Amino acid sequence: MAATDANEDKRNLELGGHVGFDSLPDQLVSKSVAAGFCFNILCVGETGIGKSTLMNTLFNTTFENEEAGHFESVVQLLPQMYDLQESNVKLKLTVVHTVGFGDQINKESSYKPILDYVDAQFERYLEEELKIKRYLLNYHDTRIHICLYFIAPTGHSLKSLDLVTMKKLDSKVNIIPVIAKADTVSKSELDKLKIKIMSELVSNGVQIYQFPTEDEAVAEINSSMNAHLPFAVVGSADDVKVGNKMVKARLYPWGSVQVENENHCDFVKLREMLLRVNMEDLRDQTHARHYELYRRCKLEEMGFKDTDPDSQSFSLQETYEAKRKEFIVELQRKEEEMRQLFVNKVKETEAELKEKEKELHERFEQLKRLHQDEKKNLEEKRRELEEEMNSFNRRKVAAETLMGQALQGCSQQPFKKDKDKKNFFSLPSACSLTSGRNLN
Amino acid sequence: MTSNIRYKSRIPVKTEDSMEEKQYVGFATLPNQVHRKSVKKGFDFTLMVAGESGMGKSTLVNSLFLTDLYKDRKLLNAEERINQTVEIIKHTVDIEEKGVKLKLTIVDTPGFGDAVNNNECWKPITDYIDQQFEQYFRDESGLNRKNIQDNRVHCCLYFIPPFGHGLRPVDVEFMKALHEKVNIIPLIAKADCLTPNEIKKLKDRIREEIDKFGIKVYQFPECDSDEDEEFKQLDKELKECTPFAVIGSNTVVEARGQRVRGRLYPWGIVEVENQSHCDFVKLRNMLIRSHMHDLKDVTCDVHYENYRAQCIQEMTSKLAQDNRMESPIPILPLSTPDVETEKLIKMKDEELKRMQEMLNKMQQQMHDKEQ
Repeated sequence: MAATDANEDKRNLELGGHVGFDSLPDQLVSKSVAAGFCFNILCVGETGIGKSTLMNTLFNTTFENEEAGHFESVVQLLPQMYDLQESNVKLKLTVVHTVGFGDQINKESSYKPILDYVDAQFERYLEEELKIKRYLLNYHDTRIHICLYFIAPTGHSLKSLDLVTMKKLDSKVNIIPVIAKADTVSKSELDKLKIKIMSELVSNGVQIYQFPTEDEAVAEINSSMNAHLPFAVVGSADDVKVGNKMVKARLYPWGSVQVENENHCDFVKLREMLLRVNMEDLRDQTHARHYELYRRCKLEEMGFKDTDPDSQSFSLQETYEAKRKEFIVELQRKEEEMRQLFVNKVKETEAELKEKEKELHERFEQLKRLHQDEKKNLEEKRRELEEEMNSFNRRKVAAETLMGQALQGCSQQPFKKDKDKKNFFSLPSACSLTSGRNLN
Repeated sequence: MTSNIRYKSRIPVKTEDSMEEKQYVGFATLPNQVHRKSVKKGFDFTLMVAGESGMGKSTLVNSLFLTDLYKDRKLLNAEERINQTVEIIKHTVDIEEKGVKLKLTIVDTPGFGDAVNNNECWKPITDYIDQQFEQYFRDESGLNRKNIQDNRVHCCLYFIPPFGHGLRPVDVEFMKALHEKVNIIPLIAKADCLTPNEIKKLKDRIREEIDKFGIKVYQFPECDSDEDEEFKQLDKELKECTPFAVIGSNTVVEARGQRVRGRLYPWGIVEVENQSHCDFVKLRNMLIRSHMHDLKDVTCDVHYENYRAQCIQEMTSKLAQDNRMESPIPILPLSTPDVETEKLIKMKDEELKRMQEMLNKMQQQMHDKEQ
């Protein structure tokens, strides 16, 4: 049974003395300090534009980074994690660099790996949040809090690739554009360039991160900094002697560019804004705005709703159950379909095979018949041949008997005159000739 | 830089000695005659500049020729450049110095490398160069050759961005597509963002990669062995300095009491013509003061001749394919038959021989049988 409120309106009470709950913020702070902080920076920019150098300069240390070549075929993201400590504050810093960005000849899909990485971090957090047994307190938050977009100082305006990429990323991360290698742009050119870049961003609807101006403590400085965007930065890891101090600078034949000199570049401003003033706000914005947007889109995709058509709120559990049932039904249906398909196929193949068998049978019959016909023909021919042979034999016998008779007739006659001798001798020879010829 | 104008217009003086020792013929004045004639005729030079937008090409051209060639230029927004195609724009100016007239044509290539998808973005450029060659070829083969206009591109300055670690794929592809059609001189643009160490590293890297990919950039001709040592030394230094790291400027600033072309920064002034700041002076001397004519010669003798030979070969092979037996009055003599057709002919001959043999054999057999 739900509790009823004693009074509907909330009242403001006056305190009679010092209670002490004004220490709540301090308690919160000490708790966070004990837990340690997490900060994730994404650096997007062309190869060699100075991303690693700027990180080294910002955090006053040397992060190990290999120099990348220009001939990568796809854009890759390399995250590196570092543990830093300043006074008693521990910071888990993750720096993600884009390797090979802007090097390909066809850059139409260059932004995809970056987008995929950012989404993957959100996905990880969402999964953790939706778990039954979750460890959000100890969870290492890898969501990108800030994206530093390095613009090449060509002097005219943004590059087309920059515009396309920032447009894709502005709803996923806080973007702060910086003009890299700003020691190649003179002061007047710089002002023109900044104005041009900002106008291009505005006219194309790119939403970059605006420093918050609600909090009075930082409102003034933040609003003045907002006017200086994008920051023109110069990075240097080398110490150069200027005057009698060692400062971080770049030494040229015509002078030295001091990184921390506000007249030379906006590095100090960037450091202030990024690290000293608005770091917590960046983390907040990432969680409250970008992550919530991602979560909402993702869950809507999966089919969850906050309210059903009757305006009754669903609980996640019920939606899960409903989804599962749907899924199982779908699965069964598909199984049935496949089974049907299989059965049909088997039937078809069987029918085919039967037909083929019939055909073969027919052909066999046909061949057999042919064979028999031929056999008959052959038999007939044989008979004819035999008949011929017989008739020939008969004729032969007849001829021989005739010869025999002729011979007998000759021997029975008496010796006749010599002129008959010729006939006598010629007759058998004639006979033998004829017989010989017949035999031939 | 020593002046290479050795032959000035002067009339040689005959001395008394020479009259006694050897007869003076007088053809030693030939160089002077050539000089006079060429001054009268005037020169022309076509220079192409290529590179991504914002590399400082126009500024450099203005600094080189000390004029303002690009008065009203429209620069596109990033949005418009997403699908930009490469255009070819020619600017022609006539400039004169000490009586020598030069017709200078600058071929600009806006849009190169600016789009998101830069596949084959160098194609319009190679087509343009081929077109100029073709036109010259046709003019040369024509009947009236008095006024041939030479629009062939004599030199291409390619601007490499200094923000990277070396050559990028689009640079390599561009140079490979063009190195046999035009003299390429690679330059490192906007060199004022590199410290001297970084410049050296980048130059070494680029030279290495040019060798690795087999790109034939313009080579300075070897100097004659009878040149003086100083000249040879300068020549050697020049060759070791490529690719030149250049800075250009449209503005004149005050530095060390003088008015010079330069760029004003809060931390110092970069002087364009200061040799310790950049290689602009070397480039200017090489391009204009000493090697301009050599660039023209290489274009005429090497690149154009290659194109011409290729063209003729294609034409003759086409003719051979079209009509094998007899061709009507050939425009160009068929010098050597194609390798392909020769092979075919050989094969057919062999077949014929074989058939002939078989025929003979069969005839023989029949003959035997009859007997």
